[in-house]
Amino acid sequence: MRLAGFYAFAAFVALLPVLFRDNYFVTVVGASAGLHVILAVGLNLLMGYAGQISLGHAAFFGMGAYASAILTTRFAWPGLLAMAAGLLVAGAVAWLLARPILRLRGHYLAMATLGFGIIIHVIMVQAMRWTGGPDGLAGIPPLNLFGWTVEGDQQWYGVIAAAMLLAIWLSLNLVDSQVGRALRAVHGSEFAAQMMGVDTGRAKTQVFVVSALFAAFAGSLFAHQQAFVSPDSFNLIVSVELVTMVVLGGMASTFGAACGAIALTLLHQGLVVFEDYEMLIHGALLMAVMIFLPQGLFVGLSQGAQRLWVLAKRRWRSS
Amino acid sequence: MPEQLFQFLVTGVTVGSIYALVGLGFALIYNASDVVNFAQGEFVMLGAMTAIALLGAGLPLPLAAVAATLLTVLIGLLLERFAIEPAFGASVVTTIIITIGAAILVRGIALLLWGKDFHALPSFSGDAPLHLGSATLLPQSLWVLGGAVVLVTLVHTFLNHTLLGKALLACSFNRAAAQLVGINVRVMLRLAYGLSAGLGALAGILIAPITFSSYEAGVMLGLKGFSAAIVGGIGNPMGAVAGGLLLGVLEALGAGLISSGYKDAIAFLFVLMVLFFEPTGLFGHKVAERV
Repeated sequence: MRLAGFYAFAAFVALLPVLFRDNYFVTVVGASAGLHVILAVGLNLLMGYAGQISLGHAAFFGMGAYASAILTTRFAWPGLLAMAAGLLVAGAVAWLLARPILRLRGHYLAMATLGFGIIIHVIMVQAMRWTGGPDGLAGIPPLNLFGWTVEGDQQWYGVIAAAMLLAIWLSLNLVDSQVGRALRAVHGSEFAAQMMGVDTGRAKTQVFVVSALFAAFAGSLFAHQQAFVSPDSFNLIVSVELVTMVVLGGMASTFGAACGAIALTLLHQGLVVFEDYEMLIHGALLMAVMIFLPQGLFVGLSQGAQRLWVLAKRRWRSS
Repeated sequence: MPEQLFQFLVTGVTVGSIYALVGLGFALIYNASDVVNFAQGEFVMLGAMTAIALLGAGLPLPLAAVAATLLTVLIGLLLERFAIEPAFGASVVTTIIITIGAAILVRGIALLLWGKDFHALPSFSGDAPLHLGSATLLPQSLWVLGGAVVLVTLVHTFLNHTLLGKALLACSFNRAAAQLVGINVRVMLRLAYGLSAGLGALAGILIAPITFSSYEAGVMLGLKGFSAAIVGGIGNPMGAVAGGLLLGVLEALGAGLISSGYKDAIAFLFVLMVLFFEPTGLFGHKVAERV
């Protein structure tokens, strides 16, 4: 029963391509939304549950993507092995960085993660011999999953949807585990959590590594799906967009983050028509949500609905 | 080699002066409202772009500069009134995202108004380089340095020797106490945003003849200003100025001696190192966190 929402969502995701066969909007936009969901759900573990902001999360996304891109094109590694290497690199970097960086709070943490993201982006642009520089790397071979080669929009939708459901399932379970409780305690008051015997440093390190792994996983899939990577996909704007997704949906809610990711992906798609106005609308929306619904669209609206429901019940009883 | 070093130093101090002014604006706003304003760089861009547009419309340069500064101050006040005040008491993450949203919004408007092209402001007094030994110096660099010295001195005097400035400082130490002794905190908040926007705009106008400007020009400048404030110890106005100069020189040395492509990475690596080893800044004082 705890996972009822998850099963309903999974059924919805599975039914979409059946209801709309060969629909560009479902397969291509859906796949893109799916990758964003993985990223947002991972970042939400760090931001929503542990209360630590990261303005450099695109760096881990990029590490996964570039690891897959470089290892498969330049060294002819099989896709899954390259993906594992990408996860290992991102996880190791996150682990090394976690202790010094997560000792910082608030604005200092924002600055540090932002600086980290920019440094990684500069390396992607400058280390031409490996990354292909600003032009990026093309010709990434299709992903081969134990003999089955993923090809075409329809199949990619399936793979990414499965990966997304896995990410959501992992996140839901993690949040309800002992680690999750420790994280929420850190969010409430790190000092109080320490007093209660929670190893806050360890809890924060773990969640930082896990959210980096989510991002790198999405990055590897992205590289294979697009067959091309360039630094533009992993810059500061992307990091800010990931944060937007988490807060748009509502922090500290896995489905909130997922909804935020889907909503922002659809919004981008819808705003393509307004090309020049896209940036303006994006900024205005971000401000409006944060000022008027600081707990996020999904969480704010569902709380409102709950209140209405309670009110309606009371009225029905009294009449 | 020593001549080359001197040249890097000149370049570094010029760019550093701009970082210092942006960082000073950061510190003022942070002091007054505990908000790190990620739209600070947009003030720099707005100042430069508006001045360029007004000059193009036929206004003489001094008048265009003044009008552009006033317009940016107005934008700063609007930001305070319609984005910061309604969210008073919100969490750090919320205010960070609000100001990031404001920055994106301003950038979006600039994109609509002026397109993606780079625009330049003519130098204030010609382009003939001055020779200092073997190093060369653009006359505009002198304007930047002079302007920065004047502005920093003015702000310093204002904060330490006028009643209004002292009231502003009082708000940064303890807002409730400031209110109790009769300081109108809301007015002080607006003053800080207006002042900070004005500083940003002037910095933008001073540097525009050297670096050119575009709708995106504020992003990096804003981040470097934020870095300057952090290096100097956040909330310490003169620390931010020192941090800006240090960052500018370091960046110029890194670009000259190591690689120009990596100059931003070098600057941010330095900021990370400061945060890891001296998180209260190089010129800040230690503060204990309240639980």
